[in-house]
Amino acid sequence: MLKDKKVVILGDRDGVPGPAIEECVKTAGADVVFSTTECFV
Amino acid sequence: MSFAVVKAASYTLAHTPDFIPFGSTPTTAKARDDQEYFAALKNGLRSFDDVVNYPPNQCYVGNITPHQLGEVAQPWYQDAAAGERTGRYGDIMPQVEFYALLKASDAFDLVALTPEFIEVANPKLAAHPLLKRYTLDASKAMAATDMHAMLEAHKAEPLKMDGELVGIVKQAHDEDENLSAHIMLENLTVKATGVHAALCLEAQGVDLSEVEYIIECSEEACGDINQRGGGNFAKAIGEMIGCASATGSDLRGFCAAPAHSLIHAAALVKGGAFKSVLVVAGGAVAKLGMNSREHLAKDMPVLEDCLAGFAFLVTENDGVSPIVNTDIIGRLNVGAGSSPQAVTSALVSEPLNAVGRKITDIDRYSAEMQNPEITKPAGAGDVPEANFKMIAALAVKEGQLERKDLLSFVKNHGMPGFALTQGHIPSGVPYLGHGRDAIMNGEINSFMVIGKGSLFLGRMTNLFDGISTVVEKNPGVQEAAGFDKDEARRLVAQAMQDVAARLAE
Repeated sequence: MLKDKKVVILGDRDGVPGPAIEECVKTAGADVVFSTTECFV
Repeated sequence: MSFAVVKAASYTLAHTPDFIPFGSTPTTAKARDDQEYFAALKNGLRSFDDVVNYPPNQCYVGNITPHQLGEVAQPWYQDAAAGERTGRYGDIMPQVEFYALLKASDAFDLVALTPEFIEVANPKLAAHPLLKRYTLDASKAMAATDMHAMLEAHKAEPLKMDGELVGIVKQAHDEDENLSAHIMLENLTVKATGVHAALCLEAQGVDLSEVEYIIECSEEACGDINQRGGGNFAKAIGEMIGCASATGSDLRGFCAAPAHSLIHAAALVKGGAFKSVLVVAGGAVAKLGMNSREHLAKDMPVLEDCLAGFAFLVTENDGVSPIVNTDIIGRLNVGAGSSPQAVTSALVSEPLNAVGRKITDIDRYSAEMQNPEITKPAGAGDVPEANFKMIAALAVKEGQLERKDLLSFVKNHGMPGFALTQGHIPSGVPYLGHGRDAIMNGEINSFMVIGKGSLFLGRMTNLFDGISTVVEKNPGVQEAAGFDKDEARRLVAQAMQDVAARLAE
């Protein structure tokens, strides 16, 4: 589903942070163009 | 060396509805000239009585326990039960007292108040059991007309009561933005709310003159153009509250700073450098009304209408108070992974496993204790519950908990969030007071304090931070290491064996 798709990642410090999502989607062949982790509190 | 103990903890609030426009969200709305937002904001403000009665605030200052809070039906802001402004751990201060304390905290004549306000404020100070030591000097009052001139010249920020000008905070320098009126307002607020929190320890019998070291752990920075963030809030607060025998410094680490400070304080005491360490933090102006846009959109009152503070005292082992077990320190090292599982393992299971304990051995977990009634409408979810679920899931994964017991673990080892979304304020330490009492009452034996910090907000690193430790029942004073005949015999025998072995070589 994500193979060769460009992906923008918005992670949550108290949920799943950006780098963790990044590692997952890369294994599915996605091209991560932007990844960040934000604090929502 | 014996473990240090948590001797006392205090928690305070200052109701500051007229300060909300200085918050980050209202400031952004002002820049966009969002009149609709400000009209709604005006209608969404709570009275002081509503703030006092609000169940999470009653829990924060110690009039109800987190367990009791969990039994109050939500929405909590509609709860009609009356509360008291003074609690077991602290005090909820109305805005008039806060402005008076702001002026009392002002060492450089930066806060000016109108004569009319001073006339109202001094009797309030005199009637307060802890603030009566401060009196405002009426001869230094400033007329409102002179204040307007400074405001129009953008050399000051306004202090208002119900929208009426009663004072200003002046800039401390004509050109240095680090000493601007807004920065001075934020920093004096940290000092004043920190003073309020520390003084509430005195009401619990703490002699502040005996404090030897102060750690201030809020999120603001004081300093001028040559050393922005140089500090030192700690000594500034100590000077005001009679800590004449103390030195101190500021510790920063975003929201994780209080948990770091607990460990620093315990280590300073356990290591023998200082006998008693006061940890104190004032409130964050920027966080006022942070989620107000979402609250107002859902016809809720503006719940982020207070500045918060806390203080706690860590001392040498008294044989009674709960110990800070620094043999158990969870740490998110620089090289640690960022997956939720890696983070929870590093902060919870790894330090417990290292001393042969299980996740289920710890009676309570105090992670990010944000009030969910504030965060859920804004889409951030129930943060403490999410943390407890993650801890429970890890316990299941490690075979310490049955999957079917996951939610009961969350209920029994967690608690509802009750702290304001003031950054460092809700992070780990709000439970120190309740947890200390629960241990002293024999209800629990231990709790873990977990602090997390969003280092990436400073744009220096993508890392985030976390640190944890365990507070637990005091096993009682251990026998002092005096002369022990058996030990002496063993040492002599060992020494003789060593000598004999060398002679034989």
